[in-house]
Amino acid sequence: MQLAREELEQAYRQMKTIREFEDHLHREIAKGTIGGFTHLYGGQEAVAVGVCENLRDTDYITSTHRGHGHCIAKGCDVKGMMKELYGRADGLCKGKGGSMHVADMDVGMLGANGIVGGGPPLATGAALAAKLDGNGGVALSFGGDGSCNQGPVFESMNIAAILNLPSIYVYENNRYSEHTGASYVIASESIASRVEGFGIHTVKANGFDFFEVHEVMKELIARCREGNGPCAVEFETTRFYGHFEGDPQNYRGPDEVKNDRENNDCVKIFRSKVTEAGLLSDEDLDKIDNEVISLIETSAEEAAAAPVPSPEEVTTDVYVSY
Amino acid sequence: MAKMSYREALTETLHQEMANDENVIVMGEDVVGGTGSPGGPEAIGGVFGVTGGLFGKFGAERVIDMPISEAGIAGTAAGAALAGKRPVAEIMFADFMGLCMDQLMNQAAKFRYMFGGKATCPMVLRTSYGAGMQAASQHSQSPHPMVTAIPGLKVAMPSTAADAKGLLTTAIRDDDPVIFFEHKTLYGLQGEVPEGDYLVPFGKARIVSEGNDCTLVATGRMVSFCEDAANALSADGISCDIIDPRTTSPLDEDAILDSVEKTGRLIVVDETPPRCSFAADIAALAASEVFSSLKAPIKTVTGPHSPVPFAKELEAAFLPSPVKIKTVIEQTVNFS
Ligand SMILES: Cc1ncc(C[n+]2csc(CCOP(=O)(O)OP(=O)(O)O)c2C)c(N)n1
Ligand SMILES: [Mg+2]
Repeated sequence: MQLAREELEQAYRQMKTIREFEDHLHREIAKGTIGGFTHLYGGQEAVAVGVCENLRDTDYITSTHRGHGHCIAKGCDVKGMMKELYGRADGLCKGKGGSMHVADMDVGMLGANGIVGGGPPLATGAALAAKLDGNGGVALSFGGDGSCNQGPVFESMNIAAILNLPSIYVYENNRYSEHTGASYVIASESIASRVEGFGIHTVKANGFDFFEVHEVMKELIARCREGNGPCAVEFETTRFYGHFEGDPQNYRGPDEVKNDRENNDCVKIFRSKVTEAGLLSDEDLDKIDNEVISLIETSAEEAAAAPVPSPEEVTTDVYVSY
Repeated sequence: MAKMSYREALTETLHQEMANDENVIVMGEDVVGGTGSPGGPEAIGGVFGVTGGLFGKFGAERVIDMPISEAGIAGTAAGAALAGKRPVAEIMFADFMGLCMDQLMNQAAKFRYMFGGKATCPMVLRTSYGAGMQAASQHSQSPHPMVTAIPGLKVAMPSTAADAKGLLTTAIRDDDPVIFFEHKTLYGLQGEVPEGDYLVPFGKARIVSEGNDCTLVATGRMVSFCEDAANALSADGISCDIIDPRTTSPLDEDAILDSVEKTGRLIVVDETPPRCSFAADIAALAASEVFSSLKAPIKTVTGPHSPVPFAKELEAAFLPSPVKIKTVIEQTVNFS
């Protein structure tokens, strides 16, 4: 835990922001205020934040259908994201993208993605660009356990390996792809052991612990920046909510989520670690909690009041010029 | 007849056809839904619930949960079909066909031709399509024109519960590869469905309503939009032929052309962008075959040349609607 006080506060703030953002959406979606397909990231915060705290604005990430956490962790504007999810004209993507397509080129966030396995090839390409630019930049894809079975994901990891690209493939194993268990659809002993077969340096780590994620990623990303080629990591994690909002989750164990919320809550784990070590106090953290809660409340109020897009916008932004 | 939903009609058909022919197998992501999970298998039976109950009845050998590997799913179905099975593969959203295109356009579609008529590939690829649920650009597309353009593939698009059953039965028994489009907003649609064996032949349009002033051609969800538009005009003394081709390949050209010869006017409604579309295809057919019967320019009501947006106001701007169709009918009927 060699992080400075500000770094710890920042990490906690980011994790808490994701948690509150998702909890807010969970409540709003139940009321029917927000349309479309929304997949919440609650429970996995330590992964997004532990990874992205090691990245620069000039590094790239690609994300998934469960992308809000990655977006926030990479520095997307929370208010702009909230407006996007509400389908507003001044949302981060003008209301055109919605939950599954939040993107922000200014912070190297190359998009959530509605296509499972859509991100890793794109991160591979961004890594090629970074390599050609020669600025020590890296590109990183987030993906779920389910995404590791897509052909394009295999292909891009092999391409990265043969071209020695600065790309990093992060697999968040939350045990399920939709309702199907990871162990059934992944024939190898683990995702990590399979990825190793591509000649890519791969590790497996605990995604419930921010500090473990942060440390593992620090090393991998540094390695990548130095030109040692691609690497990958499989994090064990859990999602607190259903696959999508409205999912009855009857495929999960009876006490699975309850148990995860009690014992594997990465936000709670962070809190107890830093307070026990005397790095931050409960008051410090409570203060951040309150600031985050008020940020989410204001974001939601502003989003609800924001103007909707005008119908002409449907045909803008299809091309740069046409 | 029994009253049931579009979804139930599809489920019933899968049950009947699996019971009828042991070569029928079902595969796809979450079609069992819960394999390998503590609460599974068969926790859900397909994300739209269409494959529910199949696993319990026909077992893991014939009802197969697949990894997220669309190219692999399409290819496995095509290969199994070449080797004598009748796979019904599910691609959860039609947008994901992007990942299976090689297996469809280069493989399944062409075996019979390339192999000199010596092979059959009796696979069905079921997929949900269409906009209207704010599912945004990668979960709302209607790629039927793309596959309709490929010789060797047949394409079915039921708009009612009865057609869902009749067309799926035909698709499963057909010896050619069939892409079967289920509109995601229609799963809950109720209708009277014939009991037992029920087949709707491919290439035979459904005449939804008969009229004298204008021909409307539409598939899937757009059929009911046309009905609403036409109903809104009946008080004004305007009546329309509404034709649902049911299959875009093969296409019931006669039904469309006979109707246009009678009414002298044609509007094609489809929810895709307009270029190289089903709408453009039907318009070109009528223009070349029954030009002298036309009393007004052929019109199309389609989405614009853009992806499907997320915000509900934008999605509404993208989609045809009964109001937009009604306006075009009025313009066409009043053309002079
Ligand atoms: C190409 C493609 N196939 C299927 C889907 C439907 N789908 C959305 S999320 C998902 C499960 C993804 O599982 P995983 O990669 O483990 O991510 P998680 O949802 O657990 O975060 C599926 C099958 C999709 N969006 N894209
Ligand atoms: Mg998963």
